Amino acid sequence: MPVSILKQGAYLIASVQSALTDTEVIELRDSILERVAKYRSTGVIVDVAALDIIDSFAARSLSTVARTNRLRGAKTVVVGIQPEVAVAMSQFGLRLDDAYTALDLEAGIQVLTT
Amino acid sequence: MVTEVRDEIRVRVVSDADTVIARQAGRDEALRLGFSRTDATFIATAISEIARNITVHAGEGEITLGGLSEAGRQGLIVTARDEGPGIRDVPAVLRDDYISDFGLGMGLWGATRLMDEIDVSSEPGKGTTVTMKKWRGFDEVGSLLGTE
Repeated sequence: MPVSILKQGAYLIASVQSALTDTEVIELRDSILERVAKYRSTGVIVDVAALDIIDSFAARSLSTVARTNRLRGAKTVVVGIQPEVAVAMSQFGLRLDDAYTALDLEAGIQVLTT
Repeated sequence: MVTEVRDEIRVRVVSDADTVIARQAGRDEALRLGFSRTDATFIATAISEIARNITVHAGEGEITLGGLSEAGRQGLIVTARDEGPGIRDVPAVLRDDYISDFGLGMGLWGATRLMDEIDVSSEPGKGTTVTMKKWRGFDEVGSLLGTE
């Protein structure tokens, strides 16, 4: 899976490195959820700057991560959505329910710490 | 009206890795034909949805991409073909409130929002062909984003 997941204190930072297949999207979802439970994380940042599209499957999986984390008291911040990807998601009507969003990693950490 | 299709690219779609190949080929072809980055992203996203429909519902199929000229307009045509179970009620699939057994019903509907034209022909037991077109034109959003 072309994703690195780092633990930074109470937070997890998942960085997507390249385009993901659906199978890899599911692996990403499950890896984040397992680690949030294992490390008792209170916040997760998912950096999707490397994704050149976010389709219905990716959006639904990110929403599932955010919703599950929320039920466990952890915040999820999706950062780095490319401008064209944001326009396509909006035209499509795709939303990231229960996730916070921020422009980049730095802004995402601010969302978690405030 | 004469419609000319040029330089067809074929991608065999069997696994979700092929979906990534098909959508990246769609993006590259769109950019090569002079589409904006925003339109290329719309096209790639729509291809991702219809390619997923092939792997989930039919198991295998094929996506072709080609440049398009019609009445002075330039565009891109995407055709997805499979010999899967087919769609019983095509208009229902394209409606806003459609959710399939897999909860994946957003795919075709999303493609209609992202492309300029879409045609779905399907016969139960014989397969489905989805044809989608996008015309090159002034990209309002792209110019606002400064990506033109």
